[in-house]
Amino acid sequence: MSTEPVISLSGVRAELGSRPVLRGIDLTVRRGEVVALLGANGSGKSTAVRSVIGQVPVSAGEIELFGTPQRRFRDWARVGYVPQRTTAAGGVPATVTEVVSSGRLARTRFGVFRKADREAVRQALDLVGMAGRARDSVDALSGGQHQRVLIARALAAAPELLIMDEPMAGVDLASQEVLAETLRHQVSEGATVLLVLHELGPLEPLIDRAVVLRDGCVAHDGPPPKAVGQHALPGHDHVHPHAPAGAEPMRTGLLS
Amino acid sequence: MEILDYAFMQRALLAAVLVGITAPAVGIYLVQRRQALMGDGIGHVAMTGVGLGFLLTWSPVWMATLVSVLGAVFMELVRWYAKTRGDIALAMLFYGGMAGGVMFINLAPGGSTTNLSSFLFGSLSTVSESDVTAICLLAAFVMLVTVGLRRQLFAVSQDEEFARVTGLPVRFLNLLTAITAAVTVSVAMRVVGLLLVSALMVVPVAAAQQLTRSFAATFAIAVAIGVSVTIGGTVTSYYQDVPPGATIVLLTIGAFIALTALAAPLARRRARALAAAQPGGDPAECAIPVSRKAGDEVGA
Repeated sequence: MSTEPVISLSGVRAELGSRPVLRGIDLTVRRGEVVALLGANGSGKSTAVRSVIGQVPVSAGEIELFGTPQRRFRDWARVGYVPQRTTAAGGVPATVTEVVSSGRLARTRFGVFRKADREAVRQALDLVGMAGRARDSVDALSGGQHQRVLIARALAAAPELLIMDEPMAGVDLASQEVLAETLRHQVSEGATVLLVLHELGPLEPLIDRAVVLRDGCVAHDGPPPKAVGQHALPGHDHVHPHAPAGAEPMRTGLLS
Repeated sequence: MEILDYAFMQRALLAAVLVGITAPAVGIYLVQRRQALMGDGIGHVAMTGVGLGFLLTWSPVWMATLVSVLGAVFMELVRWYAKTRGDIALAMLFYGGMAGGVMFINLAPGGSTTNLSSFLFGSLSTVSESDVTAICLLAAFVMLVTVGLRRQLFAVSQDEEFARVTGLPVRFLNLLTAITAAVTVSVAMRVVGLLLVSALMVVPVAAAQQLTRSFAATFAIAVAIGVSVTIGGTVTSYYQDVPPGATIVLLTIGAFIALTALAAPLARRRARALAAAQPGGDPAECAIPVSRKAGDEVGA
């Protein structure tokens, strides 16, 4: 049971334009594991996770999800995806509940919500401590709160596998702690997690294995590397608080 | 109400109500996905359909539907496949659509560009029995899609990548949105005209957002504004003998300005209510951890 691969990549190559971004990646995530994908900017870590969920065309290699070739994989309710925060902004106001509800669609028939679906949405909001903001517009949230909403959206379908792209980027300390606690809860419930991280930070104790990418190749696959240099200083928590709430430009919806 | 004694006005008012419902109902998804000007493009393409209708002596409404649906499908295909030159392809489609309309209508026996102007800017007296039948059928389709699939369309328009990962048929839903927008253009062209259709898709939504925090409320208020201005505009047009399309669009913009003026004091009151509800606010959000401050001093 514990050795069953949930994600398996072998020899995966991908190009953006003509530039190779992944140059033959092997990566296996087994059931119940928490794997961090680390690397510098441009090392291919985001491309790697986006290839797993089929958002980047792969030029060579095999990708399997739950033992099924990804091309034929249809059971997407088992996968919860948390994109980088920038991708989720519509031109019309939407409440926290409305956004999180769209994560539940995979578990509904033709998008008809029953009582259990509404309950699942409420629970997901509870898990990330955003139940009190359920009826607020997502535009009124801080970066960290917005990230919590996106995680709740992924959790609403009760997925077995969570894939997160830089969940800690631009997130305030309080939200980082909530996120770490949410993740700990998911892991204790048996979830499998693959996350892209800039550095391990507050999630370090949760992580079973780290895969470091360099120039589109796997440079390290094993126990999480120890922080070195200034990053290892006690008290260095490396928050990136430079994404203030309300930094988004005003949108009137008049221009596409 | 003597206005209802005339059969042509009954037809015009029915068409106006259906336009008032359908245009914002589709428009909200276009605004959400930041394609607010797509309706304008489809309106241009539909001109070729009107011209072809005259040339082949078919119903211009059905012909416009056919051509604008083809145009909308083409626009979606351009969005999928053409990454960098997409805007050029769309420009050619729009202006080609307009030029085709003018050309076909001039080639039609006894046709001239004057026939086109009622389609460009709307006209009440020309809404025929068969137009009303077509408009009712098309409007029913638009409402079925925009209300019945609201959760799916919301998800796709809010975050396309996430929607794909939840297994939604994103390409199909995008195509359906484009087709529904094209159908709405045909519904609206008799009353507001092809060149002004897009205003009724976008402006009621923009006006509604001044007051709302949720998508559902924005949808409801946008439709309410849409129906009010199309009825108001149609009635005004009848009594004052002014063009209906222009009257409706100016009323819509008036509603936008009025609601924007209303929104500022409302937002202030809401902020005060929020502050009162959470005494002390959320202090954790802004706190700088002590250890970090110490670290910075060491570095300096």
